[in-house]
Amino acid sequence: MWKLFQIELYKIFRRPRTYIAFAAITALIVIVQLGLKSDGKEYSEFIMSDLKNSIDVEGNIVNGYFVCYVILQLLLIHVPLLIALIAGDMISGEANAGTLRLLLTKPFSRTQFIFAKFMASAVYTIMLLVWIALLALFVSMFIFGTDDMFIMKTQYAVQIEKTDVFWRYAGAFCFAALAMITVAALAFFLSQFAENSIGPIVATMSVIIVFTILSTMSLPIFAKIRPWLFTTHMVTWKEFFDIKVNDANESIKGTVQHPERLIRSALVLIGHIVVFLTVTVTVFKRKDVLS
Amino acid sequence: MQPVIKVVSLTKKFGHLTAVNQLSFTVEQGDVYGFLGQNGAGKSTTIRMLLTLIQPTEGSIELFGMDLNTHRKEILQQAGAVIEKPDIYKYLSAYDNLKLFAKLSNTAVTNAKLMDQLDMVGLAERAHDKVKTFSQGMKQRLGIGIALVHNPGLIVLDEPTNGLDPQGIADIRNLILHLSRDMKKTVLVSSHLLSEIEQIATRILIIDKGRKLVEGTAAELFDPAQTMVMLDSVNNSGTLEKLRQSEWTEALQQQRDGHILLKLHRNNIPALHRWLVQNEVEVISLQPRHSLEDYFLQVTSGKQHVEAFSN
Repeated sequence: MWKLFQIELYKIFRRPRTYIAFAAITALIVIVQLGLKSDGKEYSEFIMSDLKNSIDVEGNIVNGYFVCYVILQLLLIHVPLLIALIAGDMISGEANAGTLRLLLTKPFSRTQFIFAKFMASAVYTIMLLVWIALLALFVSMFIFGTDDMFIMKTQYAVQIEKTDVFWRYAGAFCFAALAMITVAALAFFLSQFAENSIGPIVATMSVIIVFTILSTMSLPIFAKIRPWLFTTHMVTWKEFFDIKVNDANESIKGTVQHPERLIRSALVLIGHIVVFLTVTVTVFKRKDVLS
Repeated sequence: MQPVIKVVSLTKKFGHLTAVNQLSFTVEQGDVYGFLGQNGAGKSTTIRMLLTLIQPTEGSIELFGMDLNTHRKEILQQAGAVIEKPDIYKYLSAYDNLKLFAKLSNTAVTNAKLMDQLDMVGLAERAHDKVKTFSQGMKQRLGIGIALVHNPGLIVLDEPTNGLDPQGIADIRNLILHLSRDMKKTVLVSSHLLSEIEQIATRILIIDKGRKLVEGTAAELFDPAQTMVMLDSVNNSGTLEKLRQSEWTEALQQQRDGHILLKLHRNNIPALHRWLVQNEVEVISLQPRHSLEDYFLQVTSGKQHVEAFSN
């Protein structure tokens, strides 16, 4: 299967469409960085306007860590489309090109075929997030410098010492990778039913949009299903930036406010990946290849 | 010696449609086995079942003496296939495609071996060009190169001449003959082009609506007493009248495309020729029709399921 996996990766990175996602992300991040570089001061004053009278904040607020957080908030909503672009094409693209029937006459099992393709999709997803991390975090640190991180939550503000930030980003990116691999698993699952990649890509995005609406609508009727929708847990990476405080309302370095939320969300996402992958293997093993 | 392919009572149903119905046949070592049938006869479905792309509803398939269900990997290691169009990765070169599929077939190949393979299918000079720049014939030849890269004992070619020009068709025919005669491969080739099959196949199976109609060698299927002769003259209606009043009236068949059609024994064609000259018929052409084609049309339109000529 290792050989099959290597070949799948080779195919992904030899296709021009693979680099569309990297180019799109680069463009988006550069635009945000340019915007914050030119109007960062006004932007920070705007977000701090509610707190102006109660606290006094000094130092470089619009620093690399803060810029990365802004970029992630903006970008991670759109990344699923870029993931679906590749994962939704993994099986349907082969069926459309006619190469699926040739591949499946080679001496390996269909289960190996599915796992190799899924692993290649997951590697692509991780590489996309590594690219985001390089541009959004490291380039922002270089351009904007580093300082303590100050972010606004709905009802309160959080200040994290600059020496306590980096591991949080490592955790947040790992968690985002898990969420995006879940999207890849969904697109991959849908990919086996179609003979062109448009269907699975549109279907994946439709599922995400519908689930996101259900996740955010605070109607009692949706309350029971909300904890089980993967979209509810895709934004849990933000928990890494919610620090625990002591009785004196001082931040406790190296902590997160709700670690149990992170664990629960990770488990739900892993559960979705396992279910999507198991169903894909089960259906695909019985599938008659007529393309 | 055990057969390379042994199919017994193979059936495939898609809902209410029976695409392949109780089909049985065997292919022996070294055969070029022609698999004939009209479009929709069940050829591609059968071939896809042989290659595990479609699950049979009933029946059994043995390749190289092994059950396809239990020895899938071992069997596919020894088989190469081109199924309908040779769709390969268009964004890769011919060389890269060949290398990729050699790896997928667990075959370690050197650069020289890959170039030899491309040379055999006439693509050595275009080895490093992307497939998207190739003609249909070149893609077809590359598809056959891919099917051969792991040196399989059995080659399965499903409609390999589809979409090719006459030169492309001749190239594929010569390649199949080379594989059979010089490389001693067993070849199963499906087509609806009867003339092509007749020229290369050592044995022929004709199927219709998923059922076997006949099986045998081209010589066995050819009946010299049933030769159709097509006559074209300057004045066909006058010639037809003369024929009706002669000893050839019994041989006259329904006219087709304005030509006069006669069914007679092959040995009587010279006598017909003499008669036409003696009766001052201005002949434009006198040609025996393709015997197997007529036979094929007869058995597939007659809906008669006859026993195999041999076996």
